[in-house]
Formats: sequence, structure tokens, C-alpha cells
Amino acid sequence: MSDEPESAVAEAARPPVEPLLYLDGVNVSFDGFKALNALSLLIEPGEMRAVIGPNGAGKTTMMDVITGKTRPQSGKVLFRGDIDLTRHDEAEIASLGIGRKFQKPTVFEMHSVEDNLLLSLKGDRRPSRVMLMRGNADEKRRLDEILDIVKLDPLRARRAGDLSHGQKQWLEIGILLAQEPDLLLVDEPVAGMTDAETEETANLLRRINATRSVIVVEHDMTFVRALGVKVTVLHEGAVLAEGSLDHVSADPRVIDTYLGR
Amino acid sequence: MILRYIQRLPGKADYILPALLLAAALLIGGLSLLPETASLHVSGYVVSLFGKYLCYALLALSVDLVWGYAGILSLGHGAFFALGGYAMGMYLMRQIGARGVYGNALLPDFMVFLNWHDLPWYWYGFDHFIFAVVMMALVPGLLAFAFGYLAFRSRVSGVYLSIITQALTYALMLAFFRNDMGFGGNNGLTDFKDLLGANLQSDGTHAGLMLASAILLCVFYLLCRALIRSRFGKVLVAVRDAESRTRFLGYRVERYKLTVFVFSAVMAGFAGALYVPQVGIINPSEFAPANSIEAVIWVAVGGRGSLVGAIIGAILVNFAKTVFTGAFPELWLFALGGLFVLVTLFLPRGFVGLWAQLRSRWADHQTKKREGISKGDASERRGEMPEGKLEVGE
Repeated sequence: MSDEPESAVAEAARPPVEPLLYLDGVNVSFDGFKALNALSLLIEPGEMRAVIGPNGAGKTTMMDVITGKTRPQSGKVLFRGDIDLTRHDEAEIASLGIGRKFQKPTVFEMHSVEDNLLLSLKGDRRPSRVMLMRGNADEKRRLDEILDIVKLDPLRARRAGDLSHGQKQWLEIGILLAQEPDLLLVDEPVAGMTDAETEETANLLRRINATRSVIVVEHDMTFVRALGVKVTVLHEGAVLAEGSLDHVSADPRVIDTYLGR
Repeated sequence: MILRYIQRLPGKADYILPALLLAAALLIGGLSLLPETASLHVSGYVVSLFGKYLCYALLALSVDLVWGYAGILSLGHGAFFALGGYAMGMYLMRQIGARGVYGNALLPDFMVFLNWHDLPWYWYGFDHFIFAVVMMALVPGLLAFAFGYLAFRSRVSGVYLSIITQALTYALMLAFFRNDMGFGGNNGLTDFKDLLGANLQSDGTHAGLMLASAILLCVFYLLCRALIRSRFGKVLVAVRDAESRTRFLGYRVERYKLTVFVFSAVMAGFAGALYVPQVGIINPSEFAPANSIEAVIWVAVGGRGSLVGAIIGAILVNFAKTVFTGAFPELWLFALGGLFVLVTLFLPRGFVGLWAQLRSRWADHQTKKREGISKGDASERRGEMPEGKLEVGE
């Protein structure tokens, strides 16, 4: 801290808003390989953050830690100020309001688009309750709303496995929306998308960001630029730089390790 | 018109099968009660054989529920079947009373033979039919609960789970072979006399048991159908196809697996319980790992992920087994293995899948015909077809 007086001042001057997500000194190592090395990250409520970094920088591991798939060896992972995420498993964390989109689009291929969303709607997840659940008007309204947002309404009866790659990505985003999370983690949403689809996706994420916080991991620089949000550059499991895309692009260390190659 | 009828068929076919089974059971049962001189008389052997097939079909249904819908490949369902069978066998042993070879009213023959003087505590209560019925469900259910709780909580899945289910049934087989266990050792339980006062040797009892098997199969079939059509069933398919996605949606996958696993084990238990009085014996070989694997083959042949398929598979394969083992007994295992390989290679969705394939080809053909008349309308129709539903086995 002391050798970076500037950021310390900024820290102190910031209004006391409780961060939505707070990672502090998180360490994860696999067989001696340090996937996360004292990683610290702070996401404000309503913020959209882009996380970039070369392969192996720890982006996916960071998501795994936040969603309870991986337990860190040390460090704090706090959600809404006081919920310690390292004490919860995937299902609990999902119910707490953190949704996750996988790198490879993962939808329920055998189910219709509508059923995919129906299973994702926020609600009681206990088997005994789910067994007796019947669709109701409220659920239908929420389904229609999401189908409209992700533009899959004409395909609602289509089997998810028959969708195109881009449509599957959107369906998965719809699945996340149905959960009504406060924080969305989105892993490479535009990988393999056409330019038009990429643009649609950027619009979609901005629209989602109006009501929810979003962390986007992405390789596609055009896409990150299109999002126009604060960027965090990860390298070897730690934050290398943070700021606007222009700011981090100008950082010699970032150029050295990532952009310059 | 025809197209529309065919499209609606799967929904109706759901009821066609149980109706056919019940009709067949009534017919065979009725004919067996005709005097032996009548030309249409069906022998008690045929009745018991059909009853046996129905019990196997119920076992197949239970395997399909966990494998086809929840993706849990259990290679140990024979254990639950056998445990249900032993519960029934114990009741039947108690019904023998003093009519055993040794004429001991207190102890079953094998215990007298072993020089035992008291009935082991775990035999208490089996004099009562209701108690035995509760045990038929409770014992397999509890074992499945304990096993599933540990396995699913530790996220054991795939081939590892299959292997430990094999180990489970194998371990039980070895245990039941021991005389000290108090279940008749390798001879098992046999020489049954009557069930609820009905003589097990009579044609009427055979017909009644067979009919009871048919009714129970239909009841469980309808229960399973309701289960997989419910949102719970949709979650099961979701777990099967994308387990971690389901978990990240907030579902406790292990609870869903456990629920369906226990239910399936209870079904298998009842199948075994009805099987025992119809074949007249239960012994540890029912726990043999090969039995459980055979049940999986029935499901694969009929069509994994289709309840109708499981039933059809079990009846077809066992019918073939009866014919084959009569004509060329030494070739049966080769035929079964060959059938499994062929089905896996060419009919990944079994016989029911073949039917669905033909149906969708027919539908395509019809669509093409219509496209000549009104292009847009026909292609829209194709989009509406519930292909997915069909494949998850309605």
C-alpha cells in the first residue's frame, strides 16, 4: 500500500458502498502450480467488469472459486459484504444469487428451449417440491420476458440441442437471467460467434447490466472495447493492471505479457 | 391425417402397453384355468413363465429409471431384486410351519439342519404378510439410501459408480452364501407351500400371481411416467445431460439422484418379491453380478430412456432366452452378447428408437410431399415436432 499512495487515497475517498464481491489474497494451487496467487478483486454493485489475461492466467480458476467449485487454500471470498463463499457449495452459491455461464455453451440439449428456462427460474429447488410443481401464469410471464430478452421466442419449442452455437450461448445467458442472480459470471460469451452475434451479445450484456452486476472473461478485444467497461488484467494468478481498456493497453507490463504478443 | 395420427401416437402408446399387458395377463390366466382337456388350455408352466417375464420387466423399468433418465448406470440392481425376493422368501418359509421335512413348527428346515435352536431376531415378524411387504420395500430402499447417500455425496459417478454397484451385489452374494447368515446358505429358501393361504402349487395361484405382477408393473409404469413427466423428471434428464450446469442452477444433484435411486431400488425389491413365489426358490445366485448386467442389456435392447422400451426389452430378450436355451442352450450367451453388440452399434436407442427413427423418416417424407404444396407451412410444422421429448422417452 505505502508504495502506491495514489490508490490509497482513492480508496479512502471512495464512498462507503459495500462491495458486491470482494476477493482478498486468494491462493489456489494445484500440485504446486499456483493457479491463483494472492488474487484480490473488488466488484461494486451494478458494475460490469471485463477480465482478460493470457491462457493460464487463472481466469477460470477465479470463477471456480467464486462459484464454489474450487476451494481456495487461503484468502477471503466475500459476497454482499458478509457471506463467506468458501463455506458454500455450488448449489448454495447459485441460490445466493451468483449465476455462471460456462466457456463451452452448456444447455440441456434434450429439453426444449422453454424447458431449459423453466428449470432455471428462481424458485424452490428441493426434490419434494419440484416433483409437485406445475407451471403457472407467473412463471409463464417470466419465461416470455426472458425469451424476449434473449430473442429466442420464435424457437421456444425447439430442442436446445438443435440450436446454433450462438443461439445456445444466448440460451445459456437466458438460463442465468431466469435465476435472477445479483452477479453473473460470463466465461468467453462470444467465442465462436459471428461479428453480428458478437455485437448482439454486447448489447445483451449491457442490457443485463442495467439491473445486475456482471463479470465477463473474454479474449476478444473488439468485444471488450465494445463493452466499454473497467478491465482487469490477470497474469499468473494475480492482478497485473486495472482500469479502462485504454489505460491498461498502455501499461508496459500488460503489453509485455499479453497484448504485445 | 395419417401424419397427425402418427405424431400423436407416442402419447397414446403410453397407455397401449399397460393395457396390452393386462389383457395378455388376463387372457393367459383365464385360459390356464380351463380344464386340461380343453384345446385352449394354457399350462401352469406358461403362466409362471409369463409372470417371470413381468417381474423382469419391472426390474428393467427400475434400471431404466436410474440409467435412462438420471444417467446412473447401476450394475447392481439385481441386489435390490434379490433382497425383495428374500423378504418374500422369509415370509413363505414361515408359512410352511410344521409341514417341513423335520416337522419343526418353530424353525425352518435349514436351521434345524444347522442345529440352531432359536429363530434369529431378524426373522421375527416375517410370519405376518404386511410386515414382509414393508420389508420388501424397506430393505432394498434402506440399502439404496445408505449406498447412494455416500456415493452421490462424494460425487462418484460414471464407470466408478457402476463398478462399486457391481462390488455391492457381489459382496452380498458372498455374504448370503454363508450358512451363518441365516438365510439358507447356498441352497437359499425353497419348498414353499402357500402364500396368504393360497396353495402355491395350484393353477389358480399361479394365475393370480402372474396377474398381480402385471398389475404391479402397470402401476409402477404409470408412477414412473408421472415422475419423468413432472418437473422432477426434467431435472433428472438435466442432471443426466449436464450435471454441473444443473448444480450451478442451484439444484442439489445428489438429492435428486438419491431420491430416484431409492425409488428405483424399492421397485426392484417388489419385482423380486413377486418373482420368488413364481419360481419357487430364492438363493444367493440371484445376487450374481451377471444378473444385474443382464437387466441393463434388456434396457439397452428395448431402448434406454424409454419406459416402454425397458418393458419390451425385458420381455423380448427373456422370451428369446427361453426359446434359445431350449433349442441351443450352449449358444445363448453368445447370442445375448451378439445382440448387445449389435444393438449398441446400430440401434443406440434400442428397438423403440428404431421405431422412432422410422416414424420421423416417414414424417420427413410426408413433409417433403407437403413442401411441394405449401413450403412455409410445412417447415414450420417440422420445428414444432417434439423430437426432444420423444428421445427422452415418452
